[in-house]
Amino acid sequence: MSAVADRKAAPPTSTDARGRGALGSRLRGTVLPPLLAVVIALAIWQLLVVLEVKPAYVLPSPATVFGQLFTLLSDPTFLSGIVRTLSRGILGFLIALVIGTAIGLAVARSRFVRSAIGSLLTGLQTMPSIAWFPLAILLFQLSETAILFVLVLGAAPSIANGLIGGVDEVPPPLMRTARSLGGRGFGLILRVILPAALPAYLSGLKQGWAFAWRSLLAGELLVIIPNAASLGQLLQFYRELSNAPSLYATMIVILVVGMVVDQVFARITNGVRERRGLSALRN
Amino acid sequence: MTGTATAEPIRIIGVGRTFGGAAGTVALEQVDLVVQEREFVCLLGASGCGKSTLLSLIADLDAPTTGTIDLGGRRTAVMFQDANLFPWLTVAGNIELALRFSGVPKADWSRRVTELLDVVRLPGAEKRRPHELSGGMRQRVALARSLAQEAEVLLMDEPFAALDAITRDALHGEIERIAEERRLTVIFVTHNVREAVRLGDRVIVMKPSPGRIVREERVPLPRPRRMEDPEVARRAGELHDELDLQAGGAR
Ligand SMILES: Nc1ncnc2c1ncn2[C@@H]1O[C@H](COP(=O)(O)OP(=O)(O)O)[C@@H](O)[C@H]1O
Ligand SMILES: [Mg+2]
Repeated sequence: MSAVADRKAAPPTSTDARGRGALGSRLRGTVLPPLLAVVIALAIWQLLVVLEVKPAYVLPSPATVFGQLFTLLSDPTFLSGIVRTLSRGILGFLIALVIGTAIGLAVARSRFVRSAIGSLLTGLQTMPSIAWFPLAILLFQLSETAILFVLVLGAAPSIANGLIGGVDEVPPPLMRTARSLGGRGFGLILRVILPAALPAYLSGLKQGWAFAWRSLLAGELLVIIPNAASLGQLLQFYRELSNAPSLYATMIVILVVGMVVDQVFARITNGVRERRGLSALRN
Repeated sequence: MTGTATAEPIRIIGVGRTFGGAAGTVALEQVDLVVQEREFVCLLGASGCGKSTLLSLIADLDAPTTGTIDLGGRRTAVMFQDANLFPWLTVAGNIELALRFSGVPKADWSRRVTELLDVVRLPGAEKRRPHELSGGMRQRVALARSLAQEAEVLLMDEPFAALDAITRDALHGEIERIAEERRLTVIFVTHNVREAVRLGDRVIVMKPSPGRIVREERVPLPRPRRMEDPEVARRAGELHDELDLQAGGAR
């Protein structure tokens, strides 16, 4: 958050006129293209509906779906589903953050730990999270814990690997300089190595979130917990009822949540990069 | 610190450094060098003759394979060709980190930063970010950061080699003034003969394979000097010819 605030505070170096011009081109550069993409996607969708590629009860029109989405957003069950899925996602991500960061630090700083589990971490990243569910259900039955277990297993390795990569790639001249300035031990880690590793760590977090979100939805489809509506569970439910408009509306919500969180990470990362003079926006 | 009182020289005796085992690269062999209190010494030689290696050994960033280095209790600060400013910190933050690592109490930081930026003639640059600065300004900040350590010995490894001539000349003046004001002992590495004669009380000429000292030359010219001084040029020319002869057309 503070990264974003700082970035906003930075520009007074450029003149007002240039600032406005830059804002205009930024709008053209960042708002217009995605807007255009959405319009085109909707147009293709509508075209497929008009051509009756699939019957209307399987492929409803965009208007029907967004109308249904509007209705669902005032339906308490649907809303509690969004809240439950989001809170699971956030809780699981935070657990993965703590575990992934601790493991990442241990691997980055200890040769022993690295040779013990370094390649295992990369291996875990390639493991499809859905493959964990039978084991998770065996261990924890159909429970919140089973879902969190898989979510954390999906996200933590990315977070750990991001941090390890960042620490490994601290430029040697920077380390040499830090040592020559008297940096040692914990102070060196805290003041130099971790800040230098921050951009790579942030991209690890972003990737970790993507894995968490995917594992979570897979988990909610498989691990059905009674009386606990969630987005994944609602998807199943709407399919069983052949309620296509609600099914599509739910998927739109899932997509939008994923995109919004991605944007949050992108903004933080851009703020960090810009303050270091690494931003692509500069040239 | 005690070294200042007794004015014991820095003694480098029989120093060798081999990389990669017994059959590896002999970066330095049998280097003997005595540097007096407050002396400005330039290490001059073509690339690969072990200048940086010697400087790292003096800075205690590396350990010699043979021989000893006695700094007489002095502390060292180092400056490299690249400023290596920490890009996530402001100019003030970079200097403050050096103060922190040197154990200076936080209450003194702000005053010291202001003072150091005055010394390197960058007043008011506290809040700027490294990527906003020119190469010369970055080196000034790096110099301020090195000075923050209050070390008696300043080790400089081709610090101005990447700068344009005008900026470099200006920084020559600054380093000459600062070394005088702060009573520093300076060991300055360069492959530029003129620069060595412009700055040094003494020029130590080194040669590669194995890295060693082949000659030394006093420069008893008055200060402040300038790169264009005819006497600087003449002495540089002599040294240059000899270096070429010694290199045996290797370049
Ligand atoms: N860390 C290292 N590992 C292996 N060889 C090195 C290392 N550092 C320097 N050398 C070798 O030692 C020799 C001297 O290098 P250096 O001190 O950097 O020379 P200079 O600074 O005079 O250009 C070179 O042959 C270089 O390849
Ligand atoms: Mg060198």
